[in-house]
Amino acid sequence: MLLAPVIWILTAIIAYFFAAKTWWFPPPINAHGIAYDQQFMRTLIVTGVIFVLAQCALGWVIFRFRDRGRPASHNHGNDRLETVWTSATALLFLGLVLTGTKIWANVHFDQPPADAIPIEVLGKQFAWSFRYPGPDGKFGHTDLKFVNDSAANPFGLDDKDPAGKDDIVSASLKIPAGKPIKLIMHSRDVIHNFFVRELRMKQDIVPGMEIPLSFQADTVGVYEVPCSELCGLGHFQMRTTMQVMSPADFEQWKIEKAQK
Amino acid sequence: MSAPTHLAHQAPQGFIRKYVFSLDHKVIGIQYYFLGLFSVFLGISLSLLMRFHMVNPEAKVSWFAHLWPTSAAGGMMSPELYLSLMTMHGTIMVFFVLTTVPQSGFGNYFLPLQIGAEDMAFPVLNMLSFWTTFLALVVMVSAFFVQGGAPLSGWTAYPPLSAAGRITGPGQGMGQTLWIASIAIFCGASLMGAINFIATTVDLRCKGMRLMRMPLTCWTWLVTAILALLGFAVLLAAGLLLILDRTVGTSFFIPGGLMISDQIIANHKGGSPLLWQHLFWFFGHPEVYIAILPGMGVTSHLLATFARKPVFGYKAMVYAILSLGFLGFLVWGHHMFMSGMNPYSAMAFSVLTMAIGVPSAIKTFNWIGTLWGGQIHFTAAMMFALGFVSLFVTGGLSGIFLGQPALDLYFHDTYFVVGHFHMIMGVAAIFGMFAGTFYWFPKMFGKMMNETLGKIHFFATFIGVYCIFMPMHFVGIAGTPRRYSDFSNVEYLAPLMPVQRFMTHAAYFTAAVQILFLINLFWSLWKGPKAPMNPWNSTSLEWTVPSPPPFDNFAGVHPVVNHGPYEFSVPGAPTDFIMQTDPPSVTSES
Repeated sequence: MLLAPVIWILTAIIAYFFAAKTWWFPPPINAHGIAYDQQFMRTLIVTGVIFVLAQCALGWVIFRFRDRGRPASHNHGNDRLETVWTSATALLFLGLVLTGTKIWANVHFDQPPADAIPIEVLGKQFAWSFRYPGPDGKFGHTDLKFVNDSAANPFGLDDKDPAGKDDIVSASLKIPAGKPIKLIMHSRDVIHNFFVRELRMKQDIVPGMEIPLSFQADTVGVYEVPCSELCGLGHFQMRTTMQVMSPADFEQWKIEKAQK
Repeated sequence: MSAPTHLAHQAPQGFIRKYVFSLDHKVIGIQYYFLGLFSVFLGISLSLLMRFHMVNPEAKVSWFAHLWPTSAAGGMMSPELYLSLMTMHGTIMVFFVLTTVPQSGFGNYFLPLQIGAEDMAFPVLNMLSFWTTFLALVVMVSAFFVQGGAPLSGWTAYPPLSAAGRITGPGQGMGQTLWIASIAIFCGASLMGAINFIATTVDLRCKGMRLMRMPLTCWTWLVTAILALLGFAVLLAAGLLLILDRTVGTSFFIPGGLMISDQIIANHKGGSPLLWQHLFWFFGHPEVYIAILPGMGVTSHLLATFARKPVFGYKAMVYAILSLGFLGFLVWGHHMFMSGMNPYSAMAFSVLTMAIGVPSAIKTFNWIGTLWGGQIHFTAAMMFALGFVSLFVTGGLSGIFLGQPALDLYFHDTYFVVGHFHMIMGVAAIFGMFAGTFYWFPKMFGKMMNETLGKIHFFATFIGVYCIFMPMHFVGIAGTPRRYSDFSNVEYLAPLMPVQRFMTHAAYFTAAVQILFLINLFWSLWKGPKAPMNPWNSTSLEWTVPSPPPFDNFAGVHPVVNHGPYEFSVPGAPTDFIMQTDPPSVTSES
């Protein structure tokens, strides 16, 4: 009996914190993020209503049908209620998936535009590296045998390849605001995961595979990139940042970086 | 359906044959139960150490240094020690608690009793499967004591981290090899158990025990056994391939062109890390149902018993159990939305995943329907069954977020996931075990447990688990990645530390109140009042025999079943329950 108010109070507390958004997402920085948040809210409303109704109903039957000496009613169920309930749930849940389909499709099915800026991402235990092709627009040849992390050559750039001479290597990701970006992601050792909260996106980086991820970020700022797939003892330290710059600042940064 | 003669083994006399290498399903069930009890307290202890470290990463504790001289040198827990505790917590809980107690423990003890059989179909196989499980546990725990310590690749053991050996981190040498060996041994044990459960249910039902007259517990044990047979076979194969990658230099899961710790890995090429994930989750998702289905069975059984009402929609419940089992094999890809697999397949996996919401909704609806119009007796067992329903709803609904690949783009591998699966697969399943314990303890040990202590334990645990696992959803929404030993390296995690500290304290509290359960369990074993044959006025067959039942269960009598399992409050009947074995004339209904 006491269980009924306990369930109601817990339900109310949980519902309060979801409504108050005390611990919540950071603001989105692109159109995908806005669409993502809308889909999240749709799902939250549907599941929230079911959550409150189901918990309150559970509390209610516990309270209402506690043993008061009256014998229980005898019935084996109700097929019509069962059918209605089942179909309603099926429609609701399928509807939710379908409304989210476009968001997934935009991230994974659409080809990035031809002018998207290519950036190679390298994950390794426990650091990130990013490579830009430089003014020639071409990535230089790489080989594991040239890899030298202490000499700032995590990609293993071959210094005999002229296309690689102007490649820019950076320990943090810098991108221009409002421009389509195409990440080409590799891992050197184990699985890592590229995650930016504000982008509302993450992607595993699997050794032996080349995994693309395209997006655009519109709001200038510095955003954290914590590795989000267990990669070993330093997993919690594998962090970098993604800096979204104005296009002019980005060009300036590339020039400065190329001179070094 | 009659009991074959080879089952008529005599009651053994010696201590060893009676209590250690017993062929009696009841003794084996109790052995599994206590193996699970040991494992759950080991698993909880590991989680407390983890929760402590997460909020006190710099703390120096002198006894840490005694326990782990290298990985906690000076008393400060290293990240690798944290990850090894995490790996072992998950593994021990999933395999040696959630898989073991509901199915092998209660199922072993009560499946033959509830269907009117003298024993399991293959008693020797039954004994063998328990001792193989025991061996698996010994091998698993031994991973703590080898050089480098326990593995740190999580209970999912994704290669190449789990495949490339010592070079990927301490614990990834001998510790990881022992881990895989233990899992492979455990798979063997589970396969033996699964065959036994299926054969017993199909062959040994007594006269009149039609499939549709089985208690729902028996249905869940049957479907769980089928899931285990199909799932563990695949995990066994995957585990063997992983051991081969580690020991003889094959490359099932290791691709070419790797460089780990500044060394080029030249002797591996052509493997696929994703292959492991597919094989693992082909087992791993059905495993969720292996853990939770028996809890659903117990919950349905208890709600009817203590509301004194027939289960609402028995047939729909059976179909829901069958479809949960079937769909459980079609959705493994929802663990891999971010894995780099073909993004088109995510669409199929997500639609199938949402389909699971349907049988789950049927179950919830019917549980509330069972209570509706009932006469609810609040025993400790019933409280845990009611708690199960609440936790199942909460944990199930967060799955609606994670089952959508679009939303998983953010939530994958955050604490939202940790909160979700702990709610449903962890504590809901454990509430099923508590419910089963309070309900069946009188039958198993011939003593009653203390109801008052049981209810105090229930309320403290129920509120405690909500306080631990609900905030995990919120820190997940704020973007906290899972499997971090220390949150101080990511700036946005700093404001969430008060929530982390709250969860740690809730974990201490919840773990501490489990002492009430232990006291209740052992005190009742020793001093509990003597249990009558049918203390709860239940209807199923185990309540027609003395507590505890005699060696061959029905003392040579072959029970005959005349009624369905949940004939409560039948109008015109002399009592508010009709035993399954009561003569047919008690009521006109079947």
